[in-house]
Amino acid sequence: MMPSLNEYLMVSGLLFAIGFAGVLMRRNIIIIFMCLEMMLSAANLSLVAFWRFGNGQGMPAQGYDAQVLVFFVIAVAAAEVAVGLAIIVALFRARCTVHVEDLNSMKG
Amino acid sequence: MSLLFYIFSGVMLVFGLLVVVNRNPVSSALSLVVSFMGLAALFITLNAYFIGVIQILVYTGAVMVLFLFIIMLLDIKSEQCRKLNYVAMGGGVMIVLAFVAQLTMILAGYAPGKQRLVELPGDAAVHQDVKRVGEALFTHFNFHLQLLGVLLLIATIGVVVLSRRQGEGN
Repeated sequence: MMPSLNEYLMVSGLLFAIGFAGVLMRRNIIIIFMCLEMMLSAANLSLVAFWRFGNGQGMPAQGYDAQVLVFFVIAVAAAEVAVGLAIIVALFRARCTVHVEDLNSMKG
Repeated sequence: MSLLFYIFSGVMLVFGLLVVVNRNPVSSALSLVVSFMGLAALFITLNAYFIGVIQILVYTGAVMVLFLFIIMLLDIKSEQCRKLNYVAMGGGVMIVLAFVAQLTMILAGYAPGKQRLVELPGDAAVHQDVKRVGEALFTHFNFHLQLLGVLLLIATIGVVVLSRRQGEGN
C-alpha cells in the first residue's frame, strides 16, 4: 500500500515551508544557510516523487534522468555550502558577528 | 509502506521544525542531521536507493559535519540574550501559512496525484538502481559530469582563496 503522489508533494511542500520560515525568522546567518539547504532538499524530494509517479507501470523503473538531475543538484549544493561557509568565515573575521541585523553597512 | 512513510515524514518535519525553533546553533545542526536522515528514508521508500544513500553520505556525512565544524570554529554564543524580532516572526508565519494554504488548494484540485503510487516489484537488487544511474551519468550526461568536476574544482579554489587571511602570501 503505497502513499499517493499528493502526500509526498505535501510533505515536500511542508519541508520547504519550514525552511522558508527559518530563512525569514532567524537572524543567525548559519541557521539561515541550513534552512536554505533544507529548501533545496525539499525540491529534491518532489523531483524524486514525480519520477516515481511517472514510473508506475509495474515493472522495474525505466529512465533515470530525474535521478541524474537530483544527483547534480546535490553536488552543486555541496559546492555551494563550501563556498558559502568560507564566505561566512571571512565575514566573521572582518566583522566578528554572524547576526544579519548587525551587518547593515550597505543600508542607505 | 504507508506507515513507514508517515513515520519518516513525521520525523523529518518535526526535526526540521526544531532546526528553526532551537536557539543553540549546535542543536539546530544536529536536528538537521536527523531531518535529512528522515528525508533519505523517504527517498528509499520512493525506490530511489542511490539518491537516498547519497543524501546520507553527502548531506549528513559531509555538509552537516562542515556546518558543525564552522559553528565550533567561530565559537558563536547562542542568541538567548537577544530579543526576538516580532515583525520578522509575524511576517514569516503569515507568508508560510499563505504558502501552505495555496499548496493545499492546488493539491486538492490535482486528481491524478490522488491515486496511490503503483508498487514496483522487487528490491534494490532487481532495480539495479546504481548501475542505471551510473550508465546514464557516464554515457548520456558525460559532458555534464565533467562540467560538474570543473565546478567543484573552481569551488575548491574559491574556498582556499576566501579563507586565506588578508595580506598573507603576497
